[in-house]
Amino acid sequence: MEDADRIAPGPGAYSNTRRNWPLAPRSVLGIAAGILLIVDLYLIFAVAPTDANLGNVQRALYIHVPIAVISLLAFVVVFIGSVMYLRNRNSRWDNMAVAAGEVGFVFVSLALITGVLWAKPVWNVWWTWEPRLTLTLVLWLIYVGYLMVRAFTPDRSRAAVLSAVVGIIGSVDAFIVYFAVQWWRSIHPPQVVGPLAESGSLSGTMNMVLMVSFVTFVVFTVWLIIERMTTLNTEDELGRMRFQSRRKGQIAGV
Amino acid sequence: MSRFLGPVATMVWKDIVLEFRSRELIVSVVVFGLLLVVVFSFALDPTPAQATELAPGILWVAFAFAATLAMNRSFVREQEAGALEGLLASPVSRDAIFLAKAAASFIFMLLIEAVLLPAYAVMLGFSAFSWTLGATILLATLGFALVGTLFSALAAQTRSREIMLPVLFFPIVLPVILAAVQASTRAIGGETFIGLGRWLPLLGVFDLLFLVICPWLFTFIVEE
Repeated sequence: MEDADRIAPGPGAYSNTRRNWPLAPRSVLGIAAGILLIVDLYLIFAVAPTDANLGNVQRALYIHVPIAVISLLAFVVVFIGSVMYLRNRNSRWDNMAVAAGEVGFVFVSLALITGVLWAKPVWNVWWTWEPRLTLTLVLWLIYVGYLMVRAFTPDRSRAAVLSAVVGIIGSVDAFIVYFAVQWWRSIHPPQVVGPLAESGSLSGTMNMVLMVSFVTFVVFTVWLIIERMTTLNTEDELGRMRFQSRRKGQIAGV
Repeated sequence: MSRFLGPVATMVWKDIVLEFRSRELIVSVVVFGLLLVVVFSFALDPTPAQATELAPGILWVAFAFAATLAMNRSFVREQEAGALEGLLASPVSRDAIFLAKAAASFIFMLLIEAVLLPAYAVMLGFSAFSWTLGATILLATLGFALVGTLFSALAAQTRSREIMLPVLFFPIVLPVILAAVQASTRAIGGETFIGLGRWLPLLGVFDLLFLVICPWLFTFIVEE
């Protein structure tokens, strides 16, 4: 009995946590993201001054802007994962691209929803076919196409190759779109971050809160992507183990 | 160079001969394009002045839909009777196959547009013949052909390919449609090349970028 206990795998033997370290690095990241989110919410609702013209609704900015930017930046991760997968066919790269694609999809959906909620009181319409709004919708559609190709391709490795192709085209297109809209007339508030931002549109405290929000959401996104990647890697590993054990069973059975 | 272009020309010629024997693609897409204008005029019910104003938008919606219809056929035809396997087994590079398919689609689209454009010009009341409009159509159609050919090959490998092609194609070519509408509006308004502003260069950049990326990605789509 004692022997059997010693041979039986202990907790964590099949996960990639180290046995003598109580928390995996990604769990530390998760806890950090949780704490940052609480601090960030406090800053947004208690510390940031109420906007003189727009009132409380302006607080949506601290969430809307980071997630909108991150949903565009997630395409960079999709791009890197897709290119690397096509080069060396390691399914871990594919899992990284998919994880970023899924997180990007959730974030771009949230960016659309928060944008619509902000637009109603400020612009007096839920939706207007204003370029940057339209193009957030385009990003959403590109992410949908990316995830749909995966869902509609029966074979796992074909799905990975085809979605990598869509991922690369989609990421390149996302940045063409980003610059194309700058040339269109726009009623969207001027960008507060990014290469084409105009400085001085926010007060000092507002800027500080926005920056904290950014850091928070970046940490949160990185954690989400790593967590999803780990799940996908484990799924792959399980699939392999199941395949191997079935083959062994067949040989023994015959 | 001719070692590369020779096979490309042969493959393009093959598609052209095939099309002129069956005539199914160009004729059906032209009819579809004319139907679209009728649908638009019923849906929007424009006065003659409004029709001219709406013309660039209607033109590019029609051309984009016509492109998806034409592209859908591009690889379906190859898959019948295992023609694609034959192409892939022949001693030409995958880039050459892609460029040939894209060039054939480009030529078919230009022929379709050459028929539709004068018809639209009459029905919507604008002048079809200007260098600026011609250049816009040429560049935008090249963008359609590159992206459409790649996604046509890709969609052919998924379930429900007729739906996958437009779902993938439209979001990617939206910058092309945007730039084409902007440039055509100015071209129809009688602007010179300088008056078209950044929209023609944007189309050019899009085409160049995808001219590099698409042949490379095509090799992965048909690797099996």
